[in-house]
Amino acid sequence: MIRAAGVMKSFGARRVLRGLDIGVNEGETLVIIGGSGCGKSTFLKCVIGLLRPDGGSIEVDGVDVSKVQDEVQIAEYRRKFGYCFQEGALFDSMTIFENVSFGLRYLTDIPVSRHRGIARDKLALVGLKDIEDMKPAQLSGGMKKRVALARAIAAEPRCILYDEPTTGLDPIMSDIISELILDLKKKLKVTAIAVTHDMKSAYKIGDRIAMLHEGRMIEVADPQALKSTKNPYVRQFIEGHREGPIRMKLREYGEE
Amino acid sequence: MITRALKTVGSKMLALAQSAGKAAMLVRSSVVWLARSPLEGRQTMLQMVRIGVESFMVTAMTSFFTGMVLALQTGASSKRLLNEPLFIGTVVAFSMVKELGPVMSALVVSGRAGAAIAAELGTMCVTEQIDALYTLGTDPVRYLVIPRVLAFLAVLPVLAIFSDYSGVLGGCLVAKLKLGIPTSVYWHDVFDYLENKQFFHGLIKTYAFALCISYISCYKGLTTTGGAEGVGKSTTSAVVMSMTAVLVVDYFVTAILVAIGIT
Repeated sequence: MIRAAGVMKSFGARRVLRGLDIGVNEGETLVIIGGSGCGKSTFLKCVIGLLRPDGGSIEVDGVDVSKVQDEVQIAEYRRKFGYCFQEGALFDSMTIFENVSFGLRYLTDIPVSRHRGIARDKLALVGLKDIEDMKPAQLSGGMKKRVALARAIAAEPRCILYDEPTTGLDPIMSDIISELILDLKKKLKVTAIAVTHDMKSAYKIGDRIAMLHEGRMIEVADPQALKSTKNPYVRQFIEGHREGPIRMKLREYGEE
Repeated sequence: MITRALKTVGSKMLALAQSAGKAAMLVRSSVVWLARSPLEGRQTMLQMVRIGVESFMVTAMTSFFTGMVLALQTGASSKRLLNEPLFIGTVVAFSMVKELGPVMSALVVSGRAGAAIAAELGTMCVTEQIDALYTLGTDPVRYLVIPRVLAFLAVLPVLAIFSDYSGVLGGCLVAKLKLGIPTSVYWHDVFDYLENKQFFHGLIKTYAFALCISYISCYKGLTTTGGAEGVGKSTTSAVVMSMTAVLVVDYFVTAILVAIGIT
């Protein structure tokens, strides 16, 4: 469904993506792991068209998003996706119901009279009840993540992009969110890309796991194969060792 | 030394040109969305209430006192030159309707609503809420910018009219109580010389001011970076730029209106 080839993206002199290649099949959940600032979120934003790659292509169902110029057309392209932001990005001036139903107004033709029912169903799907009239500021971190999930799936997208879905949560809540992602995959049969550095979550939700390092994918494997990889970069990352090639590179990067 | 100075000036000029380009793109984008998508009626109404109703009292009060000061100053000068206060109503009305009403209300709205818009949009920017709008099938220009621009265009002329009235009323109060001019004489002075042309002269300006304030505030908000500090900087910058733009644009619009005979 999604094919990225030679994707490049720089911010000023800093080259974040340096020719990234990856494919995601229909119905598959791909987890992208990698150190902080390695470009995981940047790639997700390129996929949904929030950022324009400097080079390469990202094709979704044959449409290359990097070539779509018109802002109305790109809005149309984004209809395929649901995006779950790292910090939730809930609209703090709106109620939870308004947040969850927001996409229904713009992404679907569903009449407004049905929005409340749909919002309630989606909130129930992520384990929340009777919070429709609350404001985001009244919710805990875990609840905000769940509302963000409910909002991302409200318009029933074909593909969901998760940006650090478990970051900032306690281990139990992280596991609950991972279960929810798995549950959504089973129920909605969506294609998904999740970026995370939470390895427990990555093993749980990923059909395949790809490691991004220095702007390129250095390994793509299923969770079991990844656990026994010989790649020293991947080994260091998944085992969380302080010493290793990644640290050396980071030190060199800092001295530049 | 010279190279470094040239480099600094060059990079500043480049940044300025980039900002101007981005601001122009924002205007273009709002025209495109306005033509292609239905209007966000609820948002527009909400903004009209926020900008108009919440700025009304401040605008009315500042204009009332400005009218009072104008009457007092004109009375004092007139007494000194002509030995009696003459044409107080005329001077106050002309000044308020043609110049001070529109400018005062624009400056008050820049400080109140312009700052609020820049801060709100800036906070949405740094908390990824703007990105969320894109992912939920709309566009910040369509959902946030157009309603604010239209609300400014609808509300600022009304505020300016109220400002005109407040100023003329303030002048009337001073004319009667401090200068001893009968109310009927004051109102005769106002209406004997004031024509529709003068009224439209002031009103046309408010549309130019509304466009300046709304676009500058939205642009500053939407280009915010750098967390809470960035929001503060954007807000300050939006207010300073809006107020400066109002005064600069005032001159050029006045010059055009005078040239075409609306004076």
